[in-house]
Amino acid sequence: MKVQEALKVVLEVVVVVINQFVAMICKKVIFTALLVLLALMPNVSESAVLPEDRSDILYHRFDGGGVVIDGPSILIRKSIKDTVSISANYYVDNVSSASIDVVTTASAYTEERKEQSMSVEYLRDKTVLSVNYGQSTENDYDAKSAGFNFTQDFFGDLTTLSGGYSQGWDVVGKSGDESFAEEANRKQYRVGLSQVVTKNSLVGLSWETITDEGFLNNPYRSVRYRDGAGFSFQSELYPETRTSDAFSIRGMYYLPYRAAIKAEYRVFSDTWGIEAKNYELGYTHPYGEHWIFDVKLRHYEQTKANFYSDLFSRIDAQNFRARDKEMSTFSNDSVGLSVSYEYELLNSTFFDRFSINLAFDYIDFKFEDFRDIRVNGAAVGEEPFYTYDALVTRMFFSVWY
Amino acid sequence: MNKMMIFKIQTIKALKLKNMISKVLTVFTLLASVSILNGCSSIEPWVKPYERQNLADPITFFGRDPVSDNYMHHVRQSRESARGAEGSAGGGCGCN
Repeated sequence: MKVQEALKVVLEVVVVVINQFVAMICKKVIFTALLVLLALMPNVSESAVLPEDRSDILYHRFDGGGVVIDGPSILIRKSIKDTVSISANYYVDNVSSASIDVVTTASAYTEERKEQSMSVEYLRDKTVLSVNYGQSTENDYDAKSAGFNFTQDFFGDLTTLSGGYSQGWDVVGKSGDESFAEEANRKQYRVGLSQVVTKNSLVGLSWETITDEGFLNNPYRSVRYRDGAGFSFQSELYPETRTSDAFSIRGMYYLPYRAAIKAEYRVFSDTWGIEAKNYELGYTHPYGEHWIFDVKLRHYEQTKANFYSDLFSRIDAQNFRARDKEMSTFSNDSVGLSVSYEYELLNSTFFDRFSINLAFDYIDFKFEDFRDIRVNGAAVGEEPFYTYDALVTRMFFSVWY
Repeated sequence: MNKMMIFKIQTIKALKLKNMISKVLTVFTLLASVSILNGCSSIEPWVKPYERQNLADPITFFGRDPVSDNYMHHVRQSRESARGAEGSAGGGCGCN
């Protein structure tokens, strides 16, 4: 027996060593491949370009499911000597919530969230390097994030490779409990490739992995469980780690009469068992010299997390439990319409042009295993499934200089 | 440590390894595509700079208005579990 035990230990050590060796080799191979890629990039003479100098002031409003969120967003971008571009964004959410989650387990609330962010982009030949920093504060949640991105044009500017890394540090609080402060950290890795296919079309691929670690559930949300003939609530409890992968492909085709169609498909999966996909189709149609109209159709669907249930059989039924509707099986369909009026300022010495824009998105959510427990008279676990719709509005003014 | 525990540990390690290999293959496929496009002298860029006026038209950009697109990403991320690979604002042909 002792020999067998010893053999098992030896085998386990061998497996661990092999795994670590393979992991080390994989890391080295990726690193070497990236170095080779950088070496392969041609020394080019033509230049890539920085984003245009522009400023936007936007009013946004989300109204749906008993929630109204509105506020301003201001984005200013200015370049210095054609090699550096700096942008700053100030964003506010004024939240007034009487959502189904709130009215069934707590009371309606209002709060404000403010976000500030800035980025610096540096252009050298065909390469754009950028760093960014952002922070967001509300009475019970603080978030900070920082990251860098690069883009590299090559193959006669027909191909653009992009990549980036971001890290986030959140502190989760709880109103009414000053001692509650939990951390949640996040790492994001992304890579993308954009390819001009013909003089009228291009295709883009994106891949992004995000890992979270820490307190990942909402401290106010509860799950319900059967309690005699009725039901009771207890706090949600999520795993402390999550890793997700998303891959998207998008394409654009320029139509002969100056219009464009765009399509996008994205697939997503994570370690919580959620699988999602969405399709989007858009059409852009200019009218006359000054008007641009956009129409978009989008469909989104996802499966539930492994530890989600609308109604658990008893208290502490599982070590992890969720009844957050965003963790359930659901789909949504949306229609988006927008109109822009653009005007060139030929007589101005500083400004090039401005635009006035109005955009609406109507979104219809259908839940397949999240029940509306506000309905009176329904048997426990047989209430109708919850649905809601939302109208998202953006009004903004943009000026280029 | 019983057999079941060892089996679980090895299964988790195997899944992690599979995940890592899958990611490595993805990166390699991408790099191979890029290298082929970049290094193969027989393939020349087939769309010349003077043929790109259509792609330079702002109506072709995926994110024509970053302030509005960033907001819509935020709206969706708050209400859907999927996240990432949303694409970035700006033009796709290096001419925005």
